[in-house]
Amino acid sequence: MKELLAILFSAILVDNFVLSKFMGICPFIGVSKKTQSALGMSAAVTFVMVLSTALTYPIYKLVLVPQKLQYLNTMAFILVIALFVQLVEILIKRFLPPLYRSLGIYLPLITTNCAVLGVTLLNIEYDTIGQALVNALGAGLGFTLALVLFSGVRERIEVADVPAMFKGVPAALVAAGIVAASFMGFSGLVENLFG
Amino acid sequence: MSFTKEFLKGLIRENPVLVMLLGTCPTLAVTAVAQNGLGMGLATTFVLLGSSVVISLLKKVIPGEVRLPAFIVIIAGFVTLVSFLLQVYVPDLYDALGVFLSLITVNCIILGRAEAFASKNSVAASAADALGMGLGFTLALVAIGSIREILGSGSWFGIDLTFGVLEPITLFTMPAGGFMVFGFMVAVVNKLSGYRISKKKMGCEGCPSRAACGGKECADQ
Repeated sequence: MKELLAILFSAILVDNFVLSKFMGICPFIGVSKKTQSALGMSAAVTFVMVLSTALTYPIYKLVLVPQKLQYLNTMAFILVIALFVQLVEILIKRFLPPLYRSLGIYLPLITTNCAVLGVTLLNIEYDTIGQALVNALGAGLGFTLALVLFSGVRERIEVADVPAMFKGVPAALVAAGIVAASFMGFSGLVENLFG
Repeated sequence: MSFTKEFLKGLIRENPVLVMLLGTCPTLAVTAVAQNGLGMGLATTFVLLGSSVVISLLKKVIPGEVRLPAFIVIIAGFVTLVSFLLQVYVPDLYDALGVFLSLITVNCIILGRAEAFASKNSVAASAADALGMGLGFTLALVAIGSIREILGSGSWFGIDLTFGVLEPITLFTMPAGGFMVFGFMVAVVNKLSGYRISKKKMGCEGCPSRAACGGKECADQ
Protein backbone atom coordinates (compact mmCIF):
# COMPACT_ATOMS: atom_id res chain seq x y z
CA MET A 1 0.00 0.00 0.00
CA LYS A 2 2.79 2.35 0.99
CA GLU A 3 4.58 1.50 -2.23
CA LEU A 4 1.48 2.24 -4.32
CA LEU A 5 1.01 5.59 -2.57
CA ALA A 6 4.65 6.44 -3.27
CA ILE A 7 4.13 5.66 -6.98
CA LEU A 8 0.93 7.73 -7.03
CA PHE A 9 2.41 10.81 -5.38
CA SER A 10 5.64 10.78 -7.32
CA ALA A 11 3.67 10.51 -10.59
CA ILE A 12 1.48 13.47 -9.60
CA LEU A 13 4.04 15.83 -8.10
CA VAL A 14 7.68 14.87 -8.61
CA ASP A 15 7.64 13.28 -12.07
CA ASN A 16 4.74 15.34 -13.29
CA PHE A 17 4.07 14.25 -16.87
CA VAL A 18 3.70 17.73 -18.28
CA LEU A 19 6.11 19.77 -16.20
CA SER A 20 8.99 17.37 -15.74
CA LYS A 21 8.63 14.72 -18.46
CA PHE A 22 7.45 17.06 -21.22
CA MET A 23 4.61 14.87 -22.39
CA GLY A 24 1.34 16.32 -23.57
CA ILE A 25 2.66 19.84 -24.12
CA CYS A 26 0.31 20.48 -27.06
CA PRO A 27 -2.89 20.14 -25.00
CA PHE A 28 -1.13 21.82 -22.06
CA ILE A 29 -0.63 24.97 -24.14
CA GLY A 30 -3.59 24.48 -26.48
CA VAL A 31 -6.45 23.66 -24.11
CA SER A 32 -5.41 25.51 -20.97
CA LYS A 33 -6.95 28.84 -21.79
CA LYS A 34 -10.18 28.19 -19.96
CA THR A 35 -10.45 26.20 -16.71
CA GLN A 36 -13.62 24.52 -17.97
CA SER A 37 -12.01 23.02 -21.09
CA ALA A 38 -8.83 22.22 -19.14
CA LEU A 39 -10.93 20.09 -16.77
CA GLY A 40 -12.75 18.36 -19.63
CA MET A 41 -9.55 17.53 -21.47
CA SER A 42 -7.75 16.23 -18.40
CA ALA A 43 -10.70 14.09 -17.31
CA ALA A 44 -10.69 12.48 -20.77
CA VAL A 45 -6.92 11.98 -20.69
CA THR A 46 -6.94 10.42 -17.20
CA PHE A 47 -9.77 8.08 -18.20
CA VAL A 48 -8.01 6.94 -21.39
CA MET A 49 -4.60 6.60 -19.63
CA VAL A 50 -5.92 4.23 -16.95
CA LEU A 51 -8.03 2.11 -19.29
CA SER A 52 -5.36 1.89 -22.03
CA THR A 53 -2.87 0.70 -19.42
CA ALA A 54 -5.41 -1.91 -18.34
CA LEU A 55 -5.37 -3.15 -21.96
CA THR A 56 -1.75 -2.68 -23.04
CA TYR A 57 -0.06 -4.07 -19.90
CA PRO A 58 -1.63 -7.56 -20.25
CA ILE A 59 -1.05 -7.48 -24.03
CA TYR A 60 2.64 -6.79 -23.45
CA LYS A 61 3.14 -9.32 -20.65
CA LEU A 62 0.92 -12.11 -21.98
CA VAL A 63 1.30 -11.80 -25.75
CA LEU A 64 4.40 -9.86 -26.79
CA VAL A 65 6.87 -11.14 -24.16
CA PRO A 66 6.13 -14.88 -24.60
CA GLN A 67 6.34 -14.48 -28.39
CA LYS A 68 9.59 -12.45 -28.07
CA LEU A 69 7.96 -9.56 -29.93
CA GLN A 70 8.76 -6.80 -27.43
CA TYR A 71 10.02 -4.56 -30.24
CA LEU A 72 6.46 -4.36 -31.60
CA ASN A 73 5.27 -2.57 -28.45
CA THR A 74 5.01 0.92 -30.01
CA MET A 75 3.01 -0.36 -32.96
CA ALA A 76 0.73 -2.57 -30.89
CA PHE A 77 0.10 0.08 -28.22
CA ILE A 78 -0.75 2.90 -30.62
CA LEU A 79 -3.22 0.65 -32.45
CA VAL A 80 -4.84 -0.40 -29.18
CA ILE A 81 -5.10 3.24 -28.06
CA ALA A 82 -6.53 4.40 -31.40
CA LEU A 83 -9.14 1.62 -31.47
CA PHE A 84 -9.96 2.05 -27.80
CA VAL A 85 -10.50 5.80 -28.08
CA GLN A 86 -12.78 5.24 -31.04
CA LEU A 87 -14.73 2.61 -29.09
CA VAL A 88 -15.09 4.81 -26.01
CA GLU A 89 -16.34 7.62 -28.18
CA ILE A 90 -19.02 5.42 -29.77
CA LEU A 91 -20.06 3.92 -26.41
CA ILE A 92 -20.43 7.14 -24.45
CA LYS A 93 -22.14 8.83 -27.39
CA ARG A 94 -24.72 6.04 -27.34
CA PHE A 95 -25.15 5.48 -23.60
CA LEU A 96 -24.01 8.60 -21.77
CA PRO A 97 -24.93 11.60 -23.94
CA PRO A 98 -24.31 14.22 -21.18
CA LEU A 99 -20.75 12.92 -20.67
CA TYR A 100 -20.27 12.91 -24.43
CA ARG A 101 -21.26 16.54 -24.65
CA SER A 102 -18.59 17.51 -22.13
CA LEU A 103 -15.77 15.09 -23.12
CA GLY A 104 -16.65 14.17 -26.70
CA ILE A 105 -14.60 16.73 -28.58
CA TYR A 106 -11.47 15.93 -26.58
CA LEU A 107 -11.45 12.22 -27.25
CA PRO A 108 -10.16 12.21 -30.87
CA LEU A 109 -7.37 14.57 -29.83
CA ILE A 110 -6.14 12.00 -27.33
CA THR A 111 -5.05 9.37 -29.86
CA THR A 112 -2.09 11.49 -30.86
CA ASN A 113 -1.39 12.79 -27.35
CA CYS A 114 2.09 11.57 -26.51
CA ALA A 115 1.27 11.45 -22.78
CA VAL A 116 -1.06 8.49 -23.36
CA LEU A 117 1.35 6.45 -25.50
CA GLY A 118 4.15 7.54 -23.17
CA VAL A 119 2.46 6.31 -20.01
CA THR A 120 1.65 2.91 -21.54
CA LEU A 121 5.24 2.51 -22.74
CA LEU A 122 6.71 3.51 -19.36
CA ASN A 123 4.26 1.30 -17.46
CA ILE A 124 5.66 -1.95 -18.88
CA GLU A 125 8.64 -1.40 -16.55
CA TYR A 126 6.43 -2.12 -13.51
CA ASP A 127 6.25 -5.63 -12.08
CA THR A 128 2.54 -5.81 -11.37
CA ILE A 129 -0.50 -4.47 -13.15
CA GLY A 130 -1.57 -2.79 -9.90
CA GLN A 131 1.53 -0.60 -9.88
CA ALA A 132 1.09 0.16 -13.58
CA LEU A 133 -2.52 1.23 -13.07
CA VAL A 134 -1.64 3.41 -10.09
CA ASN A 135 1.12 5.06 -12.12
CA ALA A 136 -1.34 5.70 -14.97
CA LEU A 137 -3.81 7.23 -12.52
CA GLY A 138 -1.07 9.40 -11.00
CA ALA A 139 0.07 10.53 -14.45
CA GLY A 140 -3.50 11.49 -15.32
CA LEU A 141 -4.03 13.36 -12.05
CA GLY A 142 -0.68 15.11 -12.50
CA PHE A 143 -1.75 16.16 -15.99
CA THR A 144 -5.02 17.46 -14.51
CA LEU A 145 -3.21 19.37 -11.78
CA ALA A 146 -0.81 20.98 -14.26
CA LEU A 147 -3.56 21.94 -16.71
CA VAL A 148 -5.94 23.33 -14.11
CA LEU A 149 -3.24 25.28 -12.26
CA PHE A 150 -1.92 26.62 -15.52
CA SER A 151 -5.34 27.67 -16.80
CA GLY A 152 -5.51 29.99 -13.78
CA VAL A 153 -2.14 31.46 -14.74
CA ARG A 154 -3.29 31.84 -18.37
CA GLU A 155 -6.41 33.75 -17.34
CA ARG A 156 -4.18 36.27 -15.57
CA ILE A 157 -1.72 36.56 -18.49
CA GLU A 158 -4.63 37.35 -20.83
CA VAL A 159 -5.21 40.67 -19.08
CA ALA A 160 -1.54 41.38 -18.29
CA ASP A 161 0.41 43.88 -20.34
CA VAL A 162 3.16 41.73 -21.90
CA PRO A 163 5.52 42.99 -24.65
CA ALA A 164 3.96 42.55 -28.11
CA MET A 165 6.48 39.93 -29.20
CA PHE A 166 5.56 37.76 -26.21
CA LYS A 167 1.78 37.94 -26.70
CA GLY A 168 0.08 34.56 -26.71
CA VAL A 169 2.13 31.37 -26.83
CA PRO A 170 5.61 32.79 -25.90
CA ALA A 171 4.24 34.35 -22.69
CA ALA A 172 2.48 31.08 -21.90
CA LEU A 173 5.71 29.13 -22.40
CA VAL A 174 7.71 31.43 -20.11
CA ALA A 175 4.95 31.18 -17.48
CA ALA A 176 5.03 27.38 -17.88
CA GLY A 177 8.76 27.57 -17.14
CA ILE A 178 8.04 29.34 -13.86
CA VAL A 179 5.33 26.80 -12.94
CA ALA A 180 7.79 23.98 -13.76
CA ALA A 181 10.44 25.63 -11.58
CA SER A 182 7.97 25.74 -8.68
CA PHE A 183 7.28 22.01 -9.14
CA MET A 184 11.00 21.37 -8.63
CA GLY A 185 10.26 22.12 -4.99
CA PHE A 186 8.50 18.77 -4.73
CA SER A 187 11.64 16.73 -5.44
CA GLY A 188 12.56 14.60 -2.46
CA LEU A 189 9.03 14.92 -1.07
CA VAL A 190 8.07 11.31 -1.77
CA GLU A 191 11.28 9.89 -0.28
CA ASN A 192 10.65 11.90 2.88
CA LEU A 193 7.01 10.89 3.17
CA PHE A 194 7.21 7.20 2.27
CA GLY A 195 10.90 6.37 2.37
CA MET B 1 12.18 24.54 -59.16
CA SER B 2 9.02 23.79 -57.21
CA PHE B 3 10.80 20.95 -55.38
CA THR B 4 13.36 23.46 -54.15
CA LYS B 5 10.45 25.59 -52.95
CA GLU B 6 8.82 22.67 -51.11
CA PHE B 7 12.17 21.87 -49.54
CA LEU B 8 13.05 25.40 -48.45
CA LYS B 9 9.71 26.35 -46.91
CA GLY B 10 10.17 23.90 -44.04
CA LEU B 11 13.58 25.25 -43.11
CA ILE B 12 12.62 28.79 -42.19
CA ARG B 13 9.34 30.23 -43.41
CA GLU B 14 7.14 27.37 -42.21
CA ASN B 15 9.55 25.94 -39.63
CA PRO B 16 7.50 23.24 -37.90
CA VAL B 17 8.74 24.04 -34.40
CA LEU B 18 9.30 27.78 -34.24
CA VAL B 19 6.58 28.93 -36.64
CA MET B 20 3.90 26.24 -36.64
CA LEU B 21 4.53 25.18 -33.01
CA LEU B 22 4.24 21.47 -33.77
CA GLY B 23 6.14 18.66 -32.10
CA THR B 24 6.71 20.60 -28.90
CA CYS B 25 7.11 17.57 -26.62
CA PRO B 26 10.38 16.20 -28.13
CA THR B 27 11.54 19.78 -28.73
CA LEU B 28 11.58 20.41 -25.00
CA ALA B 29 12.36 16.95 -23.72
CA VAL B 30 15.59 16.05 -25.52
CA THR B 31 17.23 19.46 -25.94
CA ALA B 32 19.11 19.71 -22.64
CA VAL B 33 22.24 19.14 -24.78
CA ALA B 34 22.73 20.01 -28.47
CA GLN B 35 23.86 16.53 -29.46
CA ASN B 36 20.61 14.85 -28.43
CA GLY B 37 18.69 17.55 -30.29
CA LEU B 38 20.65 16.71 -33.44
CA GLY B 39 20.09 12.97 -32.99
CA MET B 40 16.36 13.41 -32.36
CA GLY B 41 16.07 15.73 -35.35
CA LEU B 42 17.78 13.31 -37.72
CA ALA B 43 15.81 10.30 -36.43
CA THR B 44 12.56 12.24 -36.93
CA THR B 45 13.69 13.34 -40.42
CA PHE B 46 14.27 9.71 -41.35
CA VAL B 47 10.81 8.65 -40.14
CA LEU B 48 9.19 11.67 -41.78
CA LEU B 49 10.89 11.01 -45.13
CA GLY B 50 10.13 7.28 -45.13
CA SER B 51 6.51 7.61 -44.07
CA SER B 52 5.82 10.54 -46.43
CA VAL B 53 7.10 8.58 -49.42
CA VAL B 54 5.12 5.45 -48.48
CA ILE B 55 1.93 7.39 -47.70
CA SER B 56 2.23 9.32 -50.95
CA LEU B 57 2.64 6.05 -52.86
CA LEU B 58 -0.39 4.53 -51.14
CA LYS B 59 -2.61 7.61 -51.25
CA LYS B 60 -5.01 6.04 -53.77
CA VAL B 61 -5.15 2.70 -51.94
CA ILE B 62 -5.93 3.86 -48.39
CA PRO B 63 -9.68 4.52 -47.88
CA GLY B 64 -10.47 7.95 -46.48
CA GLU B 65 -12.27 6.77 -43.34
CA VAL B 66 -9.42 4.67 -42.00
CA ARG B 67 -6.55 6.86 -43.20
CA LEU B 68 -5.43 8.03 -39.75
CA PRO B 69 -4.98 4.53 -38.26
CA ALA B 70 -3.29 3.47 -41.52
CA PHE B 71 -0.90 6.45 -41.40
CA ILE B 72 -0.11 5.74 -37.73
CA VAL B 73 0.77 2.12 -38.48
CA ILE B 74 3.10 3.15 -41.34
CA ILE B 75 4.76 5.75 -39.11
CA ALA B 76 5.10 3.30 -36.20
CA GLY B 77 6.79 0.85 -38.58
CA PHE B 78 9.45 3.40 -39.50
CA VAL B 79 9.88 4.34 -35.83
CA THR B 80 10.54 0.69 -34.95
CA LEU B 81 13.07 0.53 -37.79
CA VAL B 82 14.93 3.66 -36.67
CA SER B 83 15.05 2.47 -33.06
CA PHE B 84 16.65 -0.80 -34.23
CA LEU B 85 19.26 1.13 -36.21
CA LEU B 86 20.08 3.49 -33.33
CA GLN B 87 20.19 0.68 -30.77
CA VAL B 88 22.84 -1.12 -32.84
CA TYR B 89 24.93 1.72 -34.27
CA VAL B 90 24.54 4.60 -31.73
CA PRO B 91 23.61 2.94 -28.42
CA ASP B 92 24.48 6.08 -26.39
CA LEU B 93 21.97 8.17 -28.31
CA TYR B 94 19.41 5.35 -28.05
CA ASP B 95 19.72 5.45 -24.24
CA ALA B 96 19.67 9.26 -24.11
CA LEU B 97 16.48 9.57 -26.16
CA GLY B 98 14.74 6.77 -24.26
CA VAL B 99 10.96 6.65 -24.55
CA PHE B 100 10.95 9.75 -26.76
CA LEU B 101 12.28 7.66 -29.61
CA SER B 102 9.07 5.60 -29.55
CA LEU B 103 7.07 8.77 -29.14
CA ILE B 104 8.18 9.96 -32.60
CA THR B 105 5.11 7.94 -33.63
CA VAL B 106 2.79 10.56 -32.18
CA ASN B 107 4.86 13.59 -33.17
CA CYS B 108 2.24 15.84 -34.74
CA ILE B 109 4.70 17.05 -37.40
CA ILE B 110 4.74 13.63 -39.03
CA LEU B 111 1.01 12.92 -38.95
CA GLY B 112 0.38 16.56 -39.83
CA ARG B 113 2.57 16.40 -42.96
CA ALA B 114 1.04 13.04 -43.91
CA GLU B 115 -2.45 14.48 -43.66
CA ALA B 116 -1.76 17.93 -45.08
CA PHE B 117 0.81 17.14 -47.78
CA ALA B 118 1.86 13.57 -48.54
CA SER B 119 -1.67 12.24 -48.95
CA LYS B 120 -2.37 14.87 -51.62
CA ASN B 121 0.91 15.31 -53.53
CA SER B 122 3.33 13.38 -55.73
CA VAL B 123 6.08 11.20 -54.29
CA ALA B 124 8.91 13.56 -55.24
CA ALA B 125 7.15 16.65 -53.87
CA SER B 126 6.31 14.78 -50.64
CA ALA B 127 9.93 13.69 -50.25
CA ALA B 128 11.15 17.29 -50.75
CA ASP B 129 8.56 18.56 -48.27
CA ALA B 130 9.45 15.87 -45.71
CA LEU B 131 13.17 16.53 -46.03
CA GLY B 132 12.68 20.29 -45.60
CA MET B 133 10.36 19.91 -42.62
CA GLY B 134 12.64 17.31 -41.01
CA LEU B 135 15.73 19.49 -41.40
CA GLY B 136 13.78 22.53 -40.17
CA PHE B 137 12.87 20.49 -37.08
CA THR B 138 16.51 19.44 -36.67
CA LEU B 139 17.68 23.05 -37.05
CA ALA B 140 15.28 24.27 -34.34
CA LEU B 141 16.25 21.43 -31.98
CA VAL B 142 19.98 22.06 -32.41
CA ALA B 143 19.43 25.80 -31.84
CA ILE B 144 17.43 25.26 -28.63
CA GLY B 145 19.81 22.50 -27.52
CA SER B 146 22.84 24.75 -28.10
CA ILE B 147 21.41 27.61 -26.04
CA ARG B 148 20.42 25.28 -23.19
CA GLU B 149 23.73 23.41 -23.23
CA ILE B 150 25.89 26.55 -23.37
CA LEU B 151 23.96 28.28 -20.57
CA GLY B 152 23.14 25.21 -18.49
CA SER B 153 26.23 23.03 -18.79
CA GLY B 154 28.84 25.50 -20.06
CA SER B 155 29.66 23.36 -23.08
CA TRP B 156 28.67 22.93 -26.73
CA PHE B 157 28.45 19.47 -28.31
CA GLY B 158 30.44 18.31 -25.29
CA ILE B 159 33.25 20.88 -25.77
CA ASP B 160 33.88 22.71 -22.51
CA LEU B 161 33.47 26.51 -22.77
CA THR B 162 33.76 27.53 -19.13
CA PHE B 163 37.59 27.44 -19.02
CA GLY B 164 37.19 26.49 -15.37
CA VAL B 165 36.14 29.99 -14.35
CA LEU B 166 32.51 30.44 -15.40
CA GLU B 167 29.69 28.82 -13.42
CA PRO B 168 26.95 27.37 -15.68
CA ILE B 169 23.30 28.08 -14.81
CA THR B 170 22.00 24.56 -14.13
CA LEU B 171 18.37 25.70 -14.35
CA PHE B 172 18.65 25.70 -18.15
CA THR B 173 19.23 21.95 -18.32
CA MET B 174 16.07 21.43 -16.30
CA PRO B 175 12.47 21.40 -17.59
CA ALA B 176 11.86 24.96 -16.38
CA GLY B 177 14.75 26.27 -18.49
CA GLY B 178 13.48 24.34 -21.51
CA PHE B 179 10.10 26.07 -21.41
CA MET B 180 11.71 29.50 -20.98
CA VAL B 181 14.28 29.14 -23.80
CA PHE B 182 11.55 27.88 -26.14
CA GLY B 183 9.28 30.79 -25.14
CA PHE B 184 12.02 33.34 -25.82
CA MET B 185 12.88 31.75 -29.18
CA VAL B 186 9.25 31.84 -30.34
CA ALA B 187 9.08 35.47 -29.20
CA VAL B 188 12.22 36.34 -31.21
CA VAL B 189 10.85 34.57 -34.30
CA ASN B 190 7.60 36.50 -33.78
CA LYS B 191 9.52 39.75 -33.69
CA LEU B 192 11.66 38.94 -36.75
CA SER B 193 8.67 37.94 -38.83
CA GLY B 194 6.70 41.03 -37.90
CA TYR B 195 4.10 39.28 -35.71
CA ARG B 196 2.65 37.42 -38.68
CA ILE B 197 3.10 34.16 -36.79
CA SER B 198 1.36 35.11 -33.59
CA LYS B 199 -1.88 34.78 -35.52
CA LYS B 200 -1.12 31.15 -36.32
CA LYS B 201 -3.06 28.69 -34.25
CA MET B 202 -1.30 26.41 -31.82
CA GLY B 203 -0.61 23.45 -34.06
CA CYS B 204 -4.10 23.54 -35.53
CA GLU B 205 -2.77 24.01 -39.06
CA GLY B 206 -1.24 20.59 -39.22
CA CYS B 207 -3.10 18.88 -36.39
CA PRO B 208 -4.60 15.65 -37.71
CA SER B 209 -7.40 15.88 -35.17
CA ARG B 210 -8.53 19.21 -36.50
CA ALA B 211 -11.39 17.65 -38.45
CA ALA B 212 -12.64 16.12 -35.22
CA CYS B 213 -12.63 19.23 -33.06
CA GLY B 214 -13.25 21.61 -35.94
CA GLY B 215 -10.44 23.79 -34.66
CA LYS B 216 -12.83 24.80 -31.86
CA GLU B 217 -10.52 24.15 -28.96
CA CYS B 218 -7.47 25.88 -30.34
CA ALA B 219 -9.12 28.44 -32.58
CA ASP B 220 -9.48 30.88 -29.72
CA GLN B 221 -5.77 30.94 -28.92
